[in-house]
Amino acid sequence: MPETCTLSIDGARVSVPQGTTVAAAVLLSGVPGLRRSVRGEQRGPLCGMGICFECRVTINGRPHARSCQVVCEHGMEVRTND
Amino acid sequence: MTDAVRSFDVLIVGAGPAGIAAACAASECGRTVGMVDDNPTPGGQNWRGEAPTPNTAESAAWYRRLLAAEIDFVRGASVFAQLGSGVLLAESADAIHELRYAKLILATGARERFLPFPGWTLPNVMGAGGLQALVKSGLPISGMRVIVAGSGPLLLAVAAYLKKHGARVLLIAEQATRARLVRFAAGLLRYPGKLFQGMEMRRSLSGIPYLSDCWTVSAEGKDKLERATLRQRQKIWTLECDYLACGFHLVPNTELAELLGCELREGSVRVDEWQETSVAGVFCAGEPTGIGGLELALAEGQITGYAAAGQPDTARPIFSERRKLRRFALLLEETFRLRKELKSLPGAETIVCRCEDVTFERLRRHNSWRAAKLETRCGMGPCQGRVCGAAAEFLFGWQAEPVRPPVFPASVEALAVSAPSGSGSSIRD
Repeated sequence: MPETCTLSIDGARVSVPQGTTVAAAVLLSGVPGLRRSVRGEQRGPLCGMGICFECRVTINGRPHARSCQVVCEHGMEVRTND
Repeated sequence: MTDAVRSFDVLIVGAGPAGIAAACAASECGRTVGMVDDNPTPGGQNWRGEAPTPNTAESAAWYRRLLAAEIDFVRGASVFAQLGSGVLLAESADAIHELRYAKLILATGARERFLPFPGWTLPNVMGAGGLQALVKSGLPISGMRVIVAGSGPLLLAVAAYLKKHGARVLLIAEQATRARLVRFAAGLLRYPGKLFQGMEMRRSLSGIPYLSDCWTVSAEGKDKLERATLRQRQKIWTLECDYLACGFHLVPNTELAELLGCELREGSVRVDEWQETSVAGVFCAGEPTGIGGLELALAEGQITGYAAAGQPDTARPIFSERRKLRRFALLLEETFRLRKELKSLPGAETIVCRCEDVTFERLRRHNSWRAAKLETRCGMGPCQGRVCGAAAEFLFGWQAEPVRPPVFPASVEALAVSAPSGSGSSIRD
């Protein structure tokens, strides 16, 4: 059993295996999309490698973080669709 | 904010296979080596997440070599500007790094080319490499129905990876013609290593249809993807699926090279036999010099490492391998060239620029990237045209303008540091 790490996604506590990125954690928590586009469409990750910025979320109060490039840490607070 | 200034004989931007090979070579020549990457661990895309437990004997050997070499790894940091000659700035979540170097090696890799089609902005429509990267980063895929589509050998590698992790890969849709794929397969006979890899992959993909002349015409769903419609010649059909992994081969990441003034040739960074760019002291290895795959990246990486460390003779024995692999790269380019029918995929209301939500209809009224950009803001969002630039180049034949600094979005604090006047050239308090 791999070690897990617990973080908060939009106020809900989510436990994921160590090494999981925030983008993967959000998707597996069941949140359908990570951000709203300029016209209000729901968007999810596209490139998975930090190029497209579609997966940007707020992490520990820092906005526009590319969630596919950030590994989950204990106690992290993530907000989607800001 | 904690800021740090570091100096290296050789600084490497990008910690994928090319960067790792360069770092090992330069360090083994006795140079001080720094390596910066926006990912948390070294490995790039090919070896993403393998740092603790490598998947192949080859990656394991390289990680061992990297561990033995003393390399200062600046993790999770994006290089966004040049502070002056021999100084780059990188920003991570909690710091701005001033990185000084005598020689610089650019190993910035490649990204997927995305082409717009109706529904491609729905959640769960991703790049082919994009979905693979997410699964490597912890996204469970077991039991999920996946369509892999687009173009290039990456589709096969992605399908094999997803299948191995329990996905139900419904089919692989390759836009290239059957004739081209047959020529490619025949061409592989001259590259026994690649042929063997191809046969292994083919075996692991048994039972999954690999369709030539085939592409997705649309993706549909309410809040996220529910089904995709495909076309192969005259046949059009719809499949229910959970993920659509769609990428049309690769585009070199040349933004930083362009910022530093390196010349490009046909979209790739021009280098000499030592992998040195048109800017003295700046070298380039791997995909930015032309899409060629893992083995070529490793060969070029080693050559740059030795050359930048001032021991070019050590690099010479690798030249013949590089020559052979570059011929293979030409075969790849020829095989997976995009067919013109794909230009008619977007509908009038299909979004092309995802950052600014600019539709195909609004773009096609313009006659250049610059005019479209000024009028519609396409390419002016956070990705700075990295996604829509390559699409617009294919759809309209527009040449995207070089990205301006910062080459990655940076914080106000970071921008203040990189300003040419005002706060000065030092970032210390």
